[in-house]
Amino acid sequence: MIEEHISSVYDRELEAVQAHIMKMGGLVETAILDAATSLENRDEELAAAVRRQDLQIDELEQRINTEAARLIALRAPAAGDLRTVLTVMKISGNLERMGDYAKNIAKRTSVLAQMTPIEGATSDLRRMAQAVELMLKDALDSYIHRDVDLAQDVRVRDGDVDQMYNAMFRQFLTYMMEDPRHITGCMHLHFIAKNIERMGDHVTSIADQVIYLVSGEVPTEVRPKADHTAFITTPTEG
Amino acid sequence: MNDMRIVERDVDTQAIKFDCENVQVYYGDNHAIKDVNVRIESNTVTAFIGPSGCGKSTFLRCLNRMNDTIDICRVEGKLSLDGENIYDRKVDPVQLRAKVGMVFQKPNPFPKSIYDNIAYGPRIHGLVDSKADLDMVVERSLRRGAIWDEVKDRLHAPGTGLSGGQQQRLCIARAVATEPEVLLMDEPCSALDPIATAQVEELIEELRTNFSVIIVTHSMQQAARVSQRTAFFHLGELVEFGKTGDIFTNPKDPRTESYITGRIG
Repeated sequence: MIEEHISSVYDRELEAVQAHIMKMGGLVETAILDAATSLENRDEELAAAVRRQDLQIDELEQRINTEAARLIALRAPAAGDLRTVLTVMKISGNLERMGDYAKNIAKRTSVLAQMTPIEGATSDLRRMAQAVELMLKDALDSYIHRDVDLAQDVRVRDGDVDQMYNAMFRQFLTYMMEDPRHITGCMHLHFIAKNIERMGDHVTSIADQVIYLVSGEVPTEVRPKADHTAFITTPTEG
Repeated sequence: MNDMRIVERDVDTQAIKFDCENVQVYYGDNHAIKDVNVRIESNTVTAFIGPSGCGKSTFLRCLNRMNDTIDICRVEGKLSLDGENIYDRKVDPVQLRAKVGMVFQKPNPFPKSIYDNIAYGPRIHGLVDSKADLDMVVERSLRRGAIWDEVKDRLHAPGTGLSGGQQQRLCIARAVATEPEVLLMDEPCSALDPIATAQVEELIEELRTNFSVIIVTHSMQQAARVSQRTAFFHLGELVEFGKTGDIFTNPKDPRTESYITGRIG
C-alpha cells in the first residue's frame, strides 16, 4: 500500500501492529535455530534460554491480538486494511504455535542430553530446522514486501520438509527395531522431527495469509503433500 | 452458506428496476456524470458512495427527474424504469415522482398535521375514494415508517413538532404513502442521532421487501450496514458497482480501495 491514510494515526497503528509481527517472527526464528543448536551441541543452557524466551513470544501474541481488536473497534477497517488486521491475528497465532514447538524441542533437549547420542540424528534435525527457519524468514519477507511469488515458493518448499520428516521417521523406526534401548531417545527425537514438520505447516499457513492479504483470495490449489508417514506400517526389509 | 447473517444479505430477485445506459449529465459546460451504466435491482438496497462532488446525488436526482428543475442541467442516455424510458416526452414527471419517492437530508415535513403530511400525496394523486380509505393509507404508511406507535394519539398535532428522528421517519412514511416502487434517499440520516439513525436503518431493511431503495450516504459504515449493492462514484464516473460484501472486503478498483479505507478521496 503506497498511499497513506488521511488519518496518520491510523497509519501508525497499522504499522505498529505489523512491526510487532516482525519482532515476533524474529524471536521465533531465533528460537528454532537455538533449539536445534542446543540439541546438536547438547547445550542445556541454550535450551533453557529457548524455554525462557517463549514467554516473550506469548506476550507479543497477546499484545498483537489486543491491538487488532482495538483497531477493529475503533477504526472499522475495510478492504486491504481489514485483511491486514485479519492476517495479523492469524499470523501471530501461527508464530505463537511455532514458539511452543521450539520450546518443546528445548525441553526434550534437556532429556536427550543425558542419553547416549544417536548418530547423525541431531544434525539431520538441525538441517530440517534450518530449512524451516529459512522458510519462515522468506514468509516474513513476502509479508513485508507483499510478495505473492515468494509466498508461493514457501508453500512449495514445505514439501521438502515433509520429505525430510518421512526419511527420519523411517530412520528412527529402524533404530528402534535394531535396539530397544534406543526407543526412549528415538521417541523424543521423533517428536522433535514432528514438531519441526508442524512448524513447516504453520509457515505454509503464514504464506497462505500473505496471498490472501495481497489478492483477497485464499489459495485453493493443492500444494504437494509429502508426509506419508500416516500410512507406514513396518519398514521394508533390505 | 447456511449462516443466517449471510443469507440476509442475499438478493432473491434478478428483476431489474432501473436500467441506466450511457447516462451523461451536464450542468452547462460542466460534464457532471460521465457515461454511467448501472442496473438497480428490485427489492434491493443500493448505496451510492463517493466523495463530495463525485456526482452521486446528481445521479440519484436523475432517477426521478429532480434535475428537471435546474435550467442548465441536461441529461443524456437511457434511464428506464421497468423498461420505460423515464425521460420520454410522454412521461409526466409528477406521476414519475409518485412512483419514485424521495427522502432528503434534512427532515422537511409540511407545516401541517401529521395526518395531513401523509394524506397529501394520496389525495393529490387521487389514490383514495373515501375518508375511511385515507385513514387506512395514513395508518399503513405510518406503520411502514415505524412511527405509528409514537404518533397514533396525536395525528392532528403539527408534524414539525416531532423530534428530528421522528420527522425523518414521518417523511419516509410520507414518501411511501403513494405506493412508490423506488425510494430515493439522499443522506437520510446525516441530521439524526445514532439511535434515530439505527431506527431509520432498520426501517430501510424492512422497506426492501416492498421497494427498491437507493441511498446516498457519506457514511461508509452506513452503506456497509444497510445495502446489498454498492456503487462507488468518483469525479462523475461510476468506478465500481457490486455486492456490498465484495466492495468492502476486496474491491477491484484501487480508487475504491483508497476511498473506503480512508485514503485519498
